[in-house]
Amino acid sequence: MSGIGTFSPDPGAAPFVRQVTTQASMEARLMLRNGEQLLLAVVIPVIVLVGGVRGADRVNLSYGVDTFTPGVLALAVMSTSFTSLAIATGFERRYGVIKRLGTSPLSRTGLLLGKVLALLAVEVLQVAVISAVGFALGWEPDADLLGLLLAVVLGTAAFASLGLLLAGSLRAEATLAAANLVYLLLLAGGAVVLPVSAYGSFGDVVGYLPSGALGEAVRAALSDAAIAGRDLLVLAGWAVVGAVATARTFTWE
Amino acid sequence: MPDSPAVLVDGLVMRYGAKVAVAGLSLTVERHTITAVLGPNGAGKTTTLETCEGYRTPQQGSVRVLGLDPISDRKALLPRIGVMLQSGGAWSGVRAVEMLHHVARLHAHPLDPDVLVDRLGLGDCGRTPYRRLSGGQQQRLGLAMALVGRPELVFVDEPTAGLDPAVRRTVWELLEEVRADGVTVVLTTHYMEEAERLADRVHIVDKGALVASGSPLELTRGGARATIRLVVTEPFPPTAPESLRVALGDGTEVTQLDAVSLLVTGPADASTLARVSRWCEDNSVLPESLTLGQRNLEDVFLELTGGSSPTVEGIVE
Repeated sequence: MSGIGTFSPDPGAAPFVRQVTTQASMEARLMLRNGEQLLLAVVIPVIVLVGGVRGADRVNLSYGVDTFTPGVLALAVMSTSFTSLAIATGFERRYGVIKRLGTSPLSRTGLLLGKVLALLAVEVLQVAVISAVGFALGWEPDADLLGLLLAVVLGTAAFASLGLLLAGSLRAEATLAAANLVYLLLLAGGAVVLPVSAYGSFGDVVGYLPSGALGEAVRAALSDAAIAGRDLLVLAGWAVVGAVATARTFTWE
Repeated sequence: MPDSPAVLVDGLVMRYGAKVAVAGLSLTVERHTITAVLGPNGAGKTTTLETCEGYRTPQQGSVRVLGLDPISDRKALLPRIGVMLQSGGAWSGVRAVEMLHHVARLHAHPLDPDVLVDRLGLGDCGRTPYRRLSGGQQQRLGLAMALVGRPELVFVDEPTAGLDPAVRRTVWELLEEVRADGVTVVLTTHYMEEAERLADRVHIVDKGALVASGSPLELTRGGARATIRLVVTEPFPPTAPESLRVALGDGTEVTQLDAVSLLVTGPADASTLARVSRWCEDNSVLPESLTLGQRNLEDVFLELTGGSSPTVEGIVE
């Protein structure tokens, strides 16, 4: 272009991979810097784990630390990839971040991938902390790591796409309320922390919820060293549905 | 494609429900210019800009930016344009310099963010979270974000709203250097002074349509005639403009700018001035000020848009 001035045009998009890793590292840093997000990501799951194990012990429930730890790991994945993501994205829309990035070279696909990558990074941290607490409480897993990896990745994809769908269609405050409400409902009745079998005949339905499928898949991977094909398929299905719906409805403002 | 104008808006119509925001607007922005889009609030400036930026799909008419369709050629267009939003555009917890580095890394050959930080005086607040930046600092960061990717064309929505005069001059000098280096700048502004100082071309938009276009000089020349601006202490009666015009005789025009100001265009000689004074005396009108001078862009603007001064809104932040 003309001239050799400081501002002489030389436009171009960064390579796609660099865009995605840039976005991912920024989002992960912001998430770990935010107190409320950390509360949701680490503190609440640890409280549920310790409280669940101690409480079950006291009322003689048949579930122990070997059931609760995988369940709480699934809960942590859900809280990060659904609730945290939805709330953060809701406020990104409010503050014009998504709008601003909408005119940067970062595509919607790149933005989504960056977010998912950031979530996975935070989840690694969550798994480390919660597993450590589980071991301290006497957890003895029978683990299939590939099964765990698949469950976490597909669970994240499913919940993240649903979280974005929520954040993309409601105002920031409504997203905040809805994301927390859904989190609480699924925590209580979504077969995340407790297995589907605990829900009686209702369990047939709950197993097809993303929460139930994620919970079962993590439990299979960490209690029976198994890969839960059906549950992973359910998660993949939710991911596709959520992604398609988000791609169609998401608006930058 | 290198010969296509930077921006070509042709017969654009945009409605929000029953409300018409843009009513058949057509305008062109030539490359390597600073082009100002002026208009009162609700004139359709931001809607037009956002259609150029690919945020909105034209309901009627067409928009081309650098020869490309902002919607269907989005992927090719976006790296080539820079956008400064009127407000926001960053995470509340992100640090100022961190945000600028982030946007830079999304581009292939960005400017050195530190150079922009220096030039825009953002060094002192580099590690401050976005939510704690002052309005002026947020504005300057927004401008830096628009420029850091080395775009061919930048859209800046009110770049100096709420800035103090010294910082405003810094921003003006920067935009002039940007243009000199070959970047096209499209700006909306509420400040007449800004458009007059910076713009090569000015498009005045009102009620969603173009009402005048030209260089600031072309728009203010008005036949090389001088003006007398009469401001009074109490609102004029509705018959005042006509009555004054009759008193002044042929060769003069009288325009009502607002309730208390009239603009006389014509030979600004001693006898005209004397006649204005006598008319005031005859009509028991108490002048607050009587100013002689060339028309400025603000006069043109007020005449064309019917007196809703944008300067007043510009001060509000």
